[in-house]
Amino acid sequence: MAAALTLEEIRRGLTWRKQLDKVFIAIGLAALFGCLAILAILFFDLVRDGAPRFGWEFFTSFPSRKAEHAGILSAAVGTILMMLVTALVALPVGVAAAIYLEEYAPKNWFTGIIEINVTNLAGVPSIVYGLLALGLFVYRFNFGQSILTAGLTLALLILPIVIVATRESLRAVPRAIREAAYGLGATRWEVTKDHVLPYSTGGILTGLILGLSRAIGETAPIITIGALSFIAFLPPSPVTGQFPFLNFQWLWSEFTAMPIQMFNWVSRPDQAFQANAAAAGAILLGMTLAMNAVAIWIRYRFRKKINW
Amino acid sequence: MTTLAQKSPAPSVAIALDARKPASANRPKATAEQLNFWYGPNQALKNINLTIPENQVTALIGPSGCGKSTFLRCFNRMHDLQPDTKYQGAITLRPDNVNLVGPETDPIEVRMRIGMVFQKPNPFPKTVFENVAYGLRLRGISNRTDLAERVEKALRGAAIWEEVKGRLNDSALALSGGQMQRLCIARALATEPEMLLFDEPTSALDPIATAKIEELITELRQRVTVLIVTHNMQQAARVSDFTAFMYLGELVEVDETSKIFTNPAKKATEDYITGRYG
Repeated sequence: MAAALTLEEIRRGLTWRKQLDKVFIAIGLAALFGCLAILAILFFDLVRDGAPRFGWEFFTSFPSRKAEHAGILSAAVGTILMMLVTALVALPVGVAAAIYLEEYAPKNWFTGIIEINVTNLAGVPSIVYGLLALGLFVYRFNFGQSILTAGLTLALLILPIVIVATRESLRAVPRAIREAAYGLGATRWEVTKDHVLPYSTGGILTGLILGLSRAIGETAPIITIGALSFIAFLPPSPVTGQFPFLNFQWLWSEFTAMPIQMFNWVSRPDQAFQANAAAAGAILLGMTLAMNAVAIWIRYRFRKKINW
Repeated sequence: MTTLAQKSPAPSVAIALDARKPASANRPKATAEQLNFWYGPNQALKNINLTIPENQVTALIGPSGCGKSTFLRCFNRMHDLQPDTKYQGAITLRPDNVNLVGPETDPIEVRMRIGMVFQKPNPFPKTVFENVAYGLRLRGISNRTDLAERVEKALRGAAIWEEVKGRLNDSALALSGGQMQRLCIARALATEPEMLLFDEPTSALDPIATAKIEELITELRQRVTVLIVTHNMQQAARVSDFTAFMYLGELVEVDETSKIFTNPAKKATEDYITGRYG
């Protein structure tokens, strides 16, 4: 009891410690708003520069040698179709891989190596994926410089993101729920399909969308596989008027994508094209933010439905 | 060979009314013989010999870490879900004399015959109806009316039908803790198991919910053999017909509950039930 503080001393010490608390809050807020401010400035700068080009015509026009007639129609369609392929490939492959690693794989050194490498794949520079795709999809499998090749490349690129996000949401399903299902006589696959997967859908979709919003802006790999930068036609429509109403010719079509179109416009000497690039950039950024918003909405909806 | 088809007819309410007659009181439902169990290198159960009488409630008591839950989980092979566990010896289930822990026995087959209710209520985040129906669906029952009948019967059996009959399609997560646990009991009852395992089923519940569950357990014995782990000795005294005291992975003593609590044969049992340790 010899070292007991007087009330006076306790209060003095407390004031100082609370001050430190405030200092940390200030630093945290500064860092946060610093980041947000830079993003906001960037976005508004793009919007301002591109402002003269926003209009219906910009969305419905093909590229042109005249800046004021050029639009993003082929680039936007190319990007959307590419994302479709990416999502359709990355989702089943990524989820299956994650389920295997999380639910089935024995915990041994071999699984350990696979896990570490999946995480490492997320750090491989995207151009390396481009080179791989050029050698594999374009030359070996003869998929051509097509939407299919680009979609598969980007799917490879975001696979680690999808796998890691899926594993995390599978792991979040409590052991008690699995035991309840096993206790009723379910097999491992029944537990996975009836319980673990449905309860982690929110997290899986969020991971997929975050992966897609990374893929949508990727430029290097699709330049490497040879996306064109001047395309004045649309790929064949996926939906047709005749039976069976679906057409997969578009997969083999040559294409361009938003970041490529931007890159092309930025590199032109004519100043007028800079406005086009800025406008396309703002739209691409808008697409990314919209996808993230959808991810947040999905997560929120599933959280509300399932609270352990 | 033993198959599910050869087992005795599933116990039903009709035969349950006279099930408490003394003749059946000592017919064994399951017998553990020389049962040993390891988590990796650690032996958690040592040489357990115990007979579980049919249509009776047998309670497992003992201090934390004595192996009572480990023992309980041997009966439905829950340990198989964890890597690096090992059983030795036998738990023989009557009447077909399957060795529940034998390597030749399929753990899924075992779990389809023996139900379990866990420590914390663990309903699926699905509707009340789907929770109870899940075990039935696993058994290939998909006929709507058949399912509805069996679900209602199970919910009645778990004394929760009156409370949930109006909200079968609501999420089970909207129920109170005590209701959730009775729902879990209904889920286990729906498939008419031969034996029901309870792993400290009331430790997460308030006294009123606990009382309801305890009442339910005493009723259940008319249809199903019950094995219950509890750390609450009053609970063991209230609900069980037989009590087994375990300590440090060994079975110290087993006898009729009234005998264990009034006149235990072993000093260790007496010390435990009088609160000298544990």
